[in-house]
Amino acid sequence: MTENEISLAGLFAAFIKIGAMTFGGGIAMLPIIERELTQKKHLISIKELMDFYSIAQATPGVIALNVATLVGYKKRGFKGALAATLGLVLPSFVVIVLIAAFLNAFMGADIIARIFAALRICVAALVINAVIPFFKRGIKNTFTLLLFILTFCAFYFFKISPAFIVAFCAMAYILFALRKGEIK
Amino acid sequence: MIYFLLYWEFLKIGLFAVGGGLATIPFLYQLSYKTAWFNAADIVNMFAISEVTPGPIGINMATFAGYHAAGVLGSLAATAGIITPPLFTVILIAKFINRFNDNKYFASAFKGMFCAVCALISVSVLQIAVSALINIKAVIFFCILLFAVRRFKAHPFLYICLSAMIGCFIKF
Repeated sequence: MTENEISLAGLFAAFIKIGAMTFGGGIAMLPIIERELTQKKHLISIKELMDFYSIAQATPGVIALNVATLVGYKKRGFKGALAATLGLVLPSFVVIVLIAAFLNAFMGADIIARIFAALRICVAALVINAVIPFFKRGIKNTFTLLLFILTFCAFYFFKISPAFIVAFCAMAYILFALRKGEIK
Repeated sequence: MIYFLLYWEFLKIGLFAVGGGLATIPFLYQLSYKTAWFNAADIVNMFAISEVTPGPIGINMATFAGYHAAGVLGSLAATAGIITPPLFTVILIAKFINRFNDNKYFASAFKGMFCAVCALISVSVLQIAVSALINIKAVIFFCILLFAVRRFKAHPFLYICLSAMIGCFIKF
């Protein structure tokens, strides 16, 4: 299959559409990207899209943004990455700003407060469900279990900066892998 | 200069939050301790809204949090912050580590980061649960929802809308 070319404006427009149709996390975006960019426009092969997804998931940052950057960069270089990223965030930006402004005006209303009390319970259930796959992927041996407990306490009791904790754990795991001989 | 601070804080989130939108929550909690931009209840509300509005959750959360902190320009600063790191890190990684899966240093660092984020999110989940389960009615509703979420695996959108409707009739 030959891959079509696309202009910067075309990339921008395609990612606006993708952003507007994604509900939920970055993984929810995959079928929409696949339909828009692979099936309709033939911009990128399905195999390459899957490669981009595995890179995006194994790189820090919002997964959806990582994918947009990779696709944009492949088609049009750095400007393409920028166009795709800006397109992706535009629908979020407009909708969220409108909703935030609306909520600021009506947050005092009794009905809104009641709705959000119920939503908090729903969010609690949703995040507990969503954290389960993280455990399966994150805790694989005794070392990661210890690291988990240490990190949990550091954040829960001492409120140590998450950025510091993440950087610390990255280094700790490298040292562990060196000692174990995983890295030579 | 609040806009610059917002930009910087969200740049850090973009750099360190591994694993998607959920991973931004502990970082936002940390900001709620450090600043007066928003409080813990706001974060949960933002997450609920982010699930039912278009756009990836991580980006929605950044825009929302920025608005809470400093209005439309705050949104702009926070969004700009979170989109900056991928533009550079992802391209670098894709460019220089051709077979990055084989790079043991990178893979090990990522395993450590993922484990850290896992623990950070767990703390946030605990805090969300404590703030939401305020009485026995709430606990019962929570158990029903959790069962439904695990059992039917429908899109979060559905559960949020359903809960909003229930909230109109039942006071928790």
